[in-house]
Amino acid sequence: MNLPSTFSGCSAGGEDWYELFSRGARDWLRHNEKLRRAVREKLPEVLGNAEMSGTDPGRTVRVPVRFLEHYRFRLREADEAVGAGQGDVRPGDRLAQPGAARPGQDKGEGGDGEGGLQLVLELKVDDIVDWLWEELELPNLQPRNGVTLDEDYQREGWSRRGVRSRLDRRRSMKESLKRRAVDPAGPAFTDEDLRFRQLVTRRQPATQAVVFFAMDVSSSMRDRDRQLAKTFFFWVVQGLRRQYSRLELVFVAHTVKAWEFPEAEFFQVRGSGGTVASSAFSLVSEIIAERYDPACYNLYFFYGSDGENFKDDHEAASAGLAAITALASFSGYVETPASEDRGLDTETAGLFREQADAGRPVDSYALTSSESVWAAIRAFFRQQATAGAG
Amino acid sequence: MAAAIETYGRQIEELARAQGLDYFPVQFEEVPDSFMMEVAVYGLPVRMPHWSFGVRYIYQLIQHRMGHSRLFEVVFPGNPGRAYLARGNSLAENTLVVAHVLGHADFSRHNELFRRSQQEVGYRIVDQAADHARQIAAAIEEHGAARVEQVLDAALALEAHIDVFRGLRREAYPEFVAGQVASDDTFRQRFHQLPGDERPVAAAEPRRRAPLPPHPEKDLLWFIARYAPELEGWERDIFLAVREESFYFYPVFACQIMNEGWASYWHARLLREADFIPQHEYLDAIKAHSDVVRPHAADRQASLAINPYHLGFCMWESIMDNLGPRKAFEIRAQDDDFSFVRNYLSAELAEELKLFRYTATADGTVEVAERDINALRDAILAPKYNFGAPAVAVRGVDTDGTLHLVHDHASDGRGLDADRAARVLGYLQRVWRRPVRLETVDGRGEACVIDAPAA
Repeated sequence: MNLPSTFSGCSAGGEDWYELFSRGARDWLRHNEKLRRAVREKLPEVLGNAEMSGTDPGRTVRVPVRFLEHYRFRLREADEAVGAGQGDVRPGDRLAQPGAARPGQDKGEGGDGEGGLQLVLELKVDDIVDWLWEELELPNLQPRNGVTLDEDYQREGWSRRGVRSRLDRRRSMKESLKRRAVDPAGPAFTDEDLRFRQLVTRRQPATQAVVFFAMDVSSSMRDRDRQLAKTFFFWVVQGLRRQYSRLELVFVAHTVKAWEFPEAEFFQVRGSGGTVASSAFSLVSEIIAERYDPACYNLYFFYGSDGENFKDDHEAASAGLAAITALASFSGYVETPASEDRGLDTETAGLFREQADAGRPVDSYALTSSESVWAAIRAFFRQQATAGAG
Repeated sequence: MAAAIETYGRQIEELARAQGLDYFPVQFEEVPDSFMMEVAVYGLPVRMPHWSFGVRYIYQLIQHRMGHSRLFEVVFPGNPGRAYLARGNSLAENTLVVAHVLGHADFSRHNELFRRSQQEVGYRIVDQAADHARQIAAAIEEHGAARVEQVLDAALALEAHIDVFRGLRREAYPEFVAGQVASDDTFRQRFHQLPGDERPVAAAEPRRRAPLPPHPEKDLLWFIARYAPELEGWERDIFLAVREESFYFYPVFACQIMNEGWASYWHARLLREADFIPQHEYLDAIKAHSDVVRPHAADRQASLAINPYHLGFCMWESIMDNLGPRKAFEIRAQDDDFSFVRNYLSAELAEELKLFRYTATADGTVEVAERDINALRDAILAPKYNFGAPAVAVRGVDTDGTLHLVHDHASDGRGLDADRAARVLGYLQRVWRRPVRLETVDGRGEACVIDAPAA
């Protein structure tokens, strides 16, 4: 005898219970986790290609990625695939198929052929810098003990007077307990029990820094060169942010003359004419003198150029650069050479080499591709880490 | 609503039994739409976790949101069978689904392929899969998600690589070559009985180890589970769990056209006869029916895919009309999609349904080919051969433990996608724990060897 079938509904609230345990969502999150790890492994590409604008902290970069594919054995694409279809056609008809739907391809696993969905991962810049740190196996950066000191408030000791907001409840309670241990009949709290935290001003190592980005915007600098320099600057700033609680940025562009620009315009600036690097160096020195007392700020100076400079400017540039490197915690030269083999073999590179030879904290980087940006960033962070640790 | 569907369901059941449908009882359950969607993604209500399901889930979710896909029913054969009704469906739709499910239940009880699979795998696949999921959850607890995932990456990538003809339960290969090759040869035995020819005394020759495997082995899941040099017990269990589920999925895959057609035929027929359903609800249900069996090309001039529901439905209608119900019940018991399409998709029916064969070249040109019913049948069936996967088999294991796979490119017509194959070998190498390599042919048809990428 056949038993009858049974019918049941799920109990009220079952749906809510179910949502909590959605396996699809769980496995989707797992996929995303893996995807992030995969992105992390290709960090150099991400750094080279990610869309970045602005340099505010707490921001994200958007990285377009493909879904991960769980691979299976699959036949290679046939030169001529055969399939079966349905419709009002006659032999010999040509069917328009935008996107070339090919048989056997429509049920792919993730990967391609799934309707061209694309995922954009938002990565926190901070996370990327963390990964960089792990990837480079760098020690944690120590706060830089600058020459200088900030004034800052610090907690120190307790007082019997104070404002409510600084009331230390635990401490007050202790006082009350002590008093009642001696005099059990006393009231629970008296004004005498209250303790307030005291603040004092203390001088501390400076945690502020200013970063100067100077760039040659003469006609010889191409768009690609600017993009490379920009990417490098961006990550330099992200790295420095970890060391300093306050970071100010100053952008200086120059041809034969130098101007200060706001960040938004800086990378768009186009100049024409020749290259006189000393103009930028002296403008930076002026700005330092005017606004950034080296006693209160850690100074960083970066200069981007294709390496050309007027021969006549050699003396002036050399002196101007020396004035900056004497003050700066670090000076970096970013060269975007016209051809790869000529990297760091130029007039301007020579200027910086002089400074390095003189024992100043100076380094030079040649940027020719997004991979070399990665190498330069790595070198910069390494340099910073060893300087910070030492 | 559960009460209303129960009333209709009971009456539909009476009709179905009167028509000769014979099935194990089905447990119907009303569930939220999101549950239906997950079942469609995982293939089973509770299944092992794996990130690749997450990708499918998100595609399904997007399709669903865009209104491209509506999930109607999911049913699991067994005794009792299990079926889920989407709570979002109307009463009329779910009445149709009940009828449809009864068609499936009848099919899976009688179709030879399903019967054999259920005898092997068991009649409670839903619970068994849930047990597997629990077992894997326990493994994650003990060995960590990363290690379990490595094993699942490998096992699920080989999901389709089983050998249904050799069956689920298999003995290990004989360890030694049979002593006397001739001993069981009847001709020789009788020859030796002839007078004058004394049988030589069996020399105490040392037993020879049998080659591993003795023949190209298609059941990669089984071979790895059984012979991987350093597979741990829990890893083997995962391989065997995936393999068991594959054996369950095989008949569903190999009878899709027949099975969906049969269920669609019966839901249409039972509904026509269900005079207890009010007129307006009947119309709703019939509309749902026509959505299900609608050819993909309904709103276009032509589609490059065939809706298996439509094809199966039309074929069963023609079989019922031309050969009668007795023969139809016989076919549903004995055939699978291969024999079904070869034997019963006639040239006339193909023409009536406007089926065509086409060729698509890599540059995107699609051209309709000459009418040829045999070639058309082949084009329909081609993606179904070998569980839809390339024919890869184990050829041997070297003394250093290297696993040699070989791809039968001659039967598949071309070589493997080299990049994907290398990635799969990468998965395998992590569980085989020795080198893994694969022979196939490249784009020019020249033999080539693919190695797992360096870890």
